[in-house]
Amino acid sequence: MLDLTYEPPKPKVISGAKHDWELVIGMEVHAQVSSNSKLFSGASTQFGAEPNSNVAFVDAAMPGMLPVINEFCVEQAVRTGLGLKAQIHLKSAFDRKNYFYPDLPQGYQISQLYEPIVGEGEILVDMGPGVARKVRIERIHLEQDAGKSIHDMDPNMSFVDLNRTGVALMEIVSRPDIRGPEEAAAYVTKLRQILRYLGTCDGNMQNGNLRADVNVSICRPGQYEKYMETQDFSHLGTRCEIKNMNSMRFIQAAIEYEARRQIKIVENGGTVEQETRLYDPDKNETRSMRSKEEAHDYRYFPCPDLLPLEIEQAWVDDIAANLPELPDEKKARFMGDYGLTEYDASVLTADTDSAGYFEDVVAACDDGKLAANWVINELFGRLKTDEKEISSSPLSPAQLGGIIGLIKADTISGKIAKDVFEIAYTSGRDPKEIVETEGLKQVTDTGAIEAALDQIIADNPAQVEKAKVNPKLAGWFVGQVMKATGGKANPKAVNQLVQQKLGL
Amino acid sequence: MGDLNKLTIAEARDKLRAGDVTSLELTEACLNAIDGAGALNAFVHHTPEIAREQAMAADERIAKGDAPAMCGIPLGIKDLFCTKGVPSQAASKILDGFKPEYESTVTQNLFDAGSVMLGKLNMDEFAMGSSNETSVYGNAVNPWRRGNDDAALTPGGSSGGSASAVAADLCLAATGTDTGGSIRQPAAFTGITGIKPTYGRCSRWGIVAFASSLDQAGPMTKSVRDAAIMLEAMCGHDPKDSTSADLPVPDFEALLTGDIKGKKIGIPKEYRMDGMPDEIEKLWTDGAEMLRDAGAEIVDISLPHTKYALPAYYVIAPAEASSNLARYDGVRYGHRARLAQGDGITEMYEKTRAEGFGHEVQRRVMVGTYVLSAGFYDAYYNRARKVRTLIKRDFEEVFAQGIDAILTPATPSAAFGLGEMSEADPVAMYLNDVFTVTVNLAGLPGVAVPAGLDKQGLPLGLQLIGRPWEEGDLLNLAYALEGAAGFVEKPGKWW
Repeated sequence: MLDLTYEPPKPKVISGAKHDWELVIGMEVHAQVSSNSKLFSGASTQFGAEPNSNVAFVDAAMPGMLPVINEFCVEQAVRTGLGLKAQIHLKSAFDRKNYFYPDLPQGYQISQLYEPIVGEGEILVDMGPGVARKVRIERIHLEQDAGKSIHDMDPNMSFVDLNRTGVALMEIVSRPDIRGPEEAAAYVTKLRQILRYLGTCDGNMQNGNLRADVNVSICRPGQYEKYMETQDFSHLGTRCEIKNMNSMRFIQAAIEYEARRQIKIVENGGTVEQETRLYDPDKNETRSMRSKEEAHDYRYFPCPDLLPLEIEQAWVDDIAANLPELPDEKKARFMGDYGLTEYDASVLTADTDSAGYFEDVVAACDDGKLAANWVINELFGRLKTDEKEISSSPLSPAQLGGIIGLIKADTISGKIAKDVFEIAYTSGRDPKEIVETEGLKQVTDTGAIEAALDQIIADNPAQVEKAKVNPKLAGWFVGQVMKATGGKANPKAVNQLVQQKLGL
Repeated sequence: MGDLNKLTIAEARDKLRAGDVTSLELTEACLNAIDGAGALNAFVHHTPEIAREQAMAADERIAKGDAPAMCGIPLGIKDLFCTKGVPSQAASKILDGFKPEYESTVTQNLFDAGSVMLGKLNMDEFAMGSSNETSVYGNAVNPWRRGNDDAALTPGGSSGGSASAVAADLCLAATGTDTGGSIRQPAAFTGITGIKPTYGRCSRWGIVAFASSLDQAGPMTKSVRDAAIMLEAMCGHDPKDSTSADLPVPDFEALLTGDIKGKKIGIPKEYRMDGMPDEIEKLWTDGAEMLRDAGAEIVDISLPHTKYALPAYYVIAPAEASSNLARYDGVRYGHRARLAQGDGITEMYEKTRAEGFGHEVQRRVMVGTYVLSAGFYDAYYNRARKVRTLIKRDFEEVFAQGIDAILTPATPSAAFGLGEMSEADPVAMYLNDVFTVTVNLAGLPGVAVPAGLDKQGLPLGLQLIGRPWEEGDLLNLAYALEGAAGFVEKPGKWW
């Protein structure tokens, strides 16, 4: 396998009125664990159910009800930790985070403040060929999601939907290693990709199954390096946390806005207040949600209803042994085994469906490069036109592999292959059968090509003379032959004959 | 067939099996006794229909033979237990009208064994109190009175209704819960037996939580034998409670041999408090003598961190309570304050909780909130947790030295008068728990056994503290003590 080395990207620099400034960004991503039931109850996690239909007694915090840990959610957290090359803590514990809100029936969220299940790991964030940022993961902990408050159904009343209450979340906390808005979006993209590979979170941002809190601060060039050397935060600016972002575009826009806001404050002699802010996509600005003084005192303490969570190393090893191939490894393998460019390998490994499709095509045609070209340039474009996912592609990998096989065998030209592709895509017919039935086989019979060429030379003596002076005009003759043969002539053979006949 | 309500569980069981009596007859006798005991204010919700139905079902089961010991036994259930379709309010206004759609594991276990529920019993609000005076239903009253004095006395708390009902023969036995002494103190105040089993022995599922790391259910009965029979039916592993122990449940009654020869009983010097009444001191010494006479070895021991137990308890229990009681917010069930125009969610919380919680509950919620606050957490909560570890270690060390059980007084005094403490510093009330909280902090089993009367004719109890999971051994020691003490007095009926 290829051992890829990467250059770190340049940090984003924003020029203020007085100075240049760099950005320092850390993220807390809340990823909903893919599981059938909630973290501490047997209620379903199904999205879009009737309000308050997926609610167990414990989710509604009925008196005397107790949480019982869902082992599968623990397994998913361990799997995620292993996927991020992180330390797995064999002993972890749950704490209560206390605050009042109607969509938090218990009056506390069960989380893991003091002893999270997963410790330090890392994510390689791709920023283009040969360039990637290594972002350190501080920790991952399991916690309960809250419900949903609905304020716009009635002028006088608010409603609460507890379906989401108690669904398992993984909070994935990064170190402040992200250095720009694009890197932040790329970080979330990469994290989402890994989670989807692992099957531990579906990454659906629209449904809120992946949301990010973004911590942004600014510093003068050179300060970040001092922080990295010492891990002393005093080298960095005061951070503001932008809550609950569920779109890559908004994440970028919010960071950009927030950095400029902070720069303006500092350059005008002010100081940035540590606070929690919300991003308003309509106005493209962030607004203060609560200041440090207004920050909740969550009164964390160990949840007495749950014993410390102890897991066995053998169990962790078993999960590790059954981990799927992850994006970085798959990309390196595609480059090594199939000779793909890093770009193509990245595109094809963006998700497991694409990668799987590609490998099935390779299996059918035994040509990685051609397979990559056809999947990326033809299939992806065609699917996009139809707004279809690769998982529901009307063209099977076997069909596409068949088309590529026909090209390789010189049975059809690349140009004809596109016609065959379209027919196969829309009809589901076998490419070989299409070529035969439709008479699309490439003409390699030089006799037929020669006859056609002779006729063209005879009909166009002036062009022949011109071509003898300007050999570039040979292409005109090739085109005419292709036209006369309905595109079926083998272009290589035609080219040779034209050169020969015109004496070029 | 008069006075069937006065039977013990063991006596009733034998009569039921012999066909001398039916569960329905026992039940009717108890319902009659309850009807005549309004002055005790022990039962706060009556469930005669359920009781008769369960009694008839029990009679059928007994007739078929092979019914469990608790089959057909009429019980009172502390209001802290959620009972399906029956008001379960933890004696609080904030749970006004709350009828759960589920049955607590402990009551379900009892019903599965064929027991009969007569109704729900009074208690301190959310089990916070030592006199039953914090109840929204008003206090229960102790059936015992001082000599010729008519003054109403507390039955203790928080399981005051349970204690009063059992002592007054309104039921054969009752469930209680014990977070800092709430089974043992009222048992001692009313001359009955009460055991708090090892933490994790009884499921907490369906019991309204006070302090989750301390709460345990247990039986309150007329004899040690009854406690053994009833505990066996109540406890057992429950996958719905993560802190419930996956251990087999012994046949506790079969372990009541009365043979305690060679058992080592520790007498902790730190429990000899300043200003301890002579009568309590004498009771304790007498108890030790009785156990020695029965063949046990009496050993002086030290539990050096005892003096820190009460403060640690009154940090940990309110801390957990402040969080456990956050769910009573008026949003989903129970009481919700009437709101004024323009009131928002904060006003709804504040008004609902101000109206719904009594003063003692409010005090503990505030104390608990305070000790968990940023800046105070380490000084209070974390320090209390460390003390708890040290207290636990004290016990582990004496058990490691071969001590089988520890004998202490159950309470620092006999039952006091209702209202007597109303003007007192709350800490004076908290001192009631001084001998019992250590047991909860260490998660150990503790049993209160009536052992004598004071000069005014009020019952006094002794406490035996056992090794974890050794309730059988502990009950056998209590059985020996009960036999030696020969406590047979009953309160004179005045109600």
